[in-house]
Amino acid sequence: MAKVIMTADDSASVRQMVTFTLKQGGYEVVEAVDGKDALQKLASTKVDMLITDLNMPNLDGIGLIKGARALASCKFIPIVMLTTESQDSKKQEGKAAGATGWIVKPFKPEQLMAVVKKVLG
Amino acid sequence: MIDQHRQAFKEEAYELLAELESSLLELEERPDDQDLIGRVFRAMHTIKGSGSMFGFDDIASFTHEVETIFDMVRNGKLQVTGRLVNLTLAARDLIRAMLDAADSGEATDLQASAEIIVGLRELAGFQGQVAAAAQKEEVHEAQKDSVTYRIRFAPAREIFVSGTNPLTLIAELRELGACTVVAQTAGFPCLEEMNPESCYVYWDVILTTDQGENAIRDVFIFVEDDCELKIEPIAEHNRYEEQQDYKRLGEILVERGDITSDDMRAVLSQQKRFGELAISQGILHEGKVQAALAEQQHIKEVRQEKQVAEASSSIRVPAERLDLLVNLVGEMVTVQARLSQTAAQRADSELMAIAEEVERLTAELRDSALNIRMLPIGSTFSKFKRLVRDLSAELGKQIEMTTEGAETELDKTVIEKLNDPLVHLIRNSIDHGIERPEARVEAGKPERGTVHLSAVHSGDSVLITIADDGAGLDKEAIRTKGIERGIIPAGAELSDKELFNLIFAPGFSTAKTISSVSGRGVGMDVVKRAIEALRGSIDITSVRGEGTRITVKIPLTLAIIESLLVKIGKDSFMMPLALVDECVELTREDVAAAHGRNLAHVRDQLVPYIPLREHFAIPGAPPEIEQIVITQVNGVRVGFVVDHVIGEHQTVIKSLGRAYKDTEGISGATILGDGTVALILDIPQLVQAAEAAQ
Repeated sequence: MAKVIMTADDSASVRQMVTFTLKQGGYEVVEAVDGKDALQKLASTKVDMLITDLNMPNLDGIGLIKGARALASCKFIPIVMLTTESQDSKKQEGKAAGATGWIVKPFKPEQLMAVVKKVLG
Repeated sequence: MIDQHRQAFKEEAYELLAELESSLLELEERPDDQDLIGRVFRAMHTIKGSGSMFGFDDIASFTHEVETIFDMVRNGKLQVTGRLVNLTLAARDLIRAMLDAADSGEATDLQASAEIIVGLRELAGFQGQVAAAAQKEEVHEAQKDSVTYRIRFAPAREIFVSGTNPLTLIAELRELGACTVVAQTAGFPCLEEMNPESCYVYWDVILTTDQGENAIRDVFIFVEDDCELKIEPIAEHNRYEEQQDYKRLGEILVERGDITSDDMRAVLSQQKRFGELAISQGILHEGKVQAALAEQQHIKEVRQEKQVAEASSSIRVPAERLDLLVNLVGEMVTVQARLSQTAAQRADSELMAIAEEVERLTAELRDSALNIRMLPIGSTFSKFKRLVRDLSAELGKQIEMTTEGAETELDKTVIEKLNDPLVHLIRNSIDHGIERPEARVEAGKPERGTVHLSAVHSGDSVLITIADDGAGLDKEAIRTKGIERGIIPAGAELSDKELFNLIFAPGFSTAKTISSVSGRGVGMDVVKRAIEALRGSIDITSVRGEGTRITVKIPLTLAIIESLLVKIGKDSFMMPLALVDECVELTREDVAAAHGRNLAHVRDQLVPYIPLREHFAIPGAPPEIEQIVITQVNGVRVGFVVDHVIGEHQTVIKSLGRAYKDTEGISGATILGDGTVALILDIPQLVQAAEAAQ
């Protein structure tokens, strides 16, 4: 069965690109428009991995990571956050919240796939 | 696909910009509204991040400046002022203009963007430039030599909670090179104390890789702060490695810090095997000894492999350097010939001895220089496999390709020039030779047709054969076509060979009506010319209903040929020895007996000949007894009349300049020992021209 990956991002174009790339790689994708939306969907959908942006309205990436880790179904799943070069402190914050790793924006589809393969094995 | 994403980004950016405008206007009225500030920041952030992701680099770098300012506002370091809102609105308009211009390729208004950036920076209170995020790409030299690393990866107990699976990291390490992994399980608590959500294992890994230490660190990039990670190089494997035994077990353990040297000595003072002793005395846990033993074993294996690899090691050299070498060797051969000739004239025994030695060395040098350029034809063969696969799928046929003699070596340039003709021949076999599956079954043949490609050495030539088990050539159809095209007279008696050779005639190239042989744009005549340009020949045999076999004979190398030196008047000519059958005399009586026809009796066989003196309009009278050099091209014997046959000669081929590229009958030139130039005769072309003239 194909693994399910959630992408949480308030940018429709980033979501589109992430979804497109992951589907090409044979994964199923669930999209969420912000942290709040993501958490709501996580409560009812089982995902194998979460890719989240950090800056989002309603609930940001850090909040989403914390919330997800508190869910039993997401306790051990890989969570990768999308950051930019300038967000080094955010990286630490994200890690502390329970992120597995990060991808620095901008990234290319191949880089995204490499990270997904790395953490999903 | 990319365009579709770009379009999506543009639409989104326009939306964000519209939202940005209203947020900014609201912000002017309520400058302290954190929610609004957050919205502005996020809009900028998204435009920047997505922009550079989809190739809008100018927008990304400009937006970065605005985002930086709003990050400060967000963190309370800067107040929202009317001027800030004005500048940001101007920035918004500029981003919009940049988006509009993105597809039309109009340049950004650099003046405007510079003004906005300067204004924003003044507000932020720093004069210096905002450092552009420099790419921290480390350029490291390609490391050819592999290095063995000792890696200890001890993840934090809580590693699972961050969603990391240590095994995927180990799997990643394995991809870097030869890898020996020992899991250390000594830390396992007894069952009741164990927390299943904790990681109690750590790993000792020995990895031999040529990727460098950074590649290893990259594997652990997400976890490096949460684990104990030690990476130490323990052995380099290069060409000059001394083959001594690797470290002893005790030394390894001391180096790893698993045991002190005192303990080691204490254990060593007893006489059992060190590892067993240390374990039995409880100084060391078994896993650690195992890891050290694994290290010993790993290094041993890598070294062995290295030795094997070195035995057959090779170096890569640019092709131009080889060409230069071969050229120089060519010059050398020419000078050597001159030296030998001079020495012979001087009758100086010492000079003769030197000349002979140089001759011997030059011959060896020539052979080894030419050998360097030899490549197995195999890589070309495997390319053809793909061709067969694609083409048979396209045509709805089932065709299998078998190859033989892929290791046969040929000069690199010959292989390159052979590619197109071979592709064409294989295509013909698939397209017109092999029948559709239904037709094959009907004919009692297996559904799947085969094309067999083989290469084999034959003297100083290589024979390449393309054989298919298809329908074979239709002799009658070819004959009819030949008569139709006026290539053969009606009712002509032709041998099979002559008949098959008709398909190489220019008129046949577009003959779509003959199903068995017709090209796609390029005719068989072009194939034949290409092969002949390589001083090769092509030969067809075919049995109706059973298949066609095309044999291409090609010289091993193009740089130097064995040739026969002949003279006409004062001029010297070379004839490729591979094509020469024999030499016979031609007397005046013979000529008279033939009644003006250019035919010679050679052992009861009539051989047509071409008087080269006439052909090239060389002035002067021929000698009483001339010589006929009889050549064989595609099974047809044709003689060439010359004044004298001098003898065999090593010929370094020099191509003629562009001015002579259309000269017929001459394929190149060479320089003789005395410095004169001899032209190399293009025998197949001369024969063809003579046939055409008849």
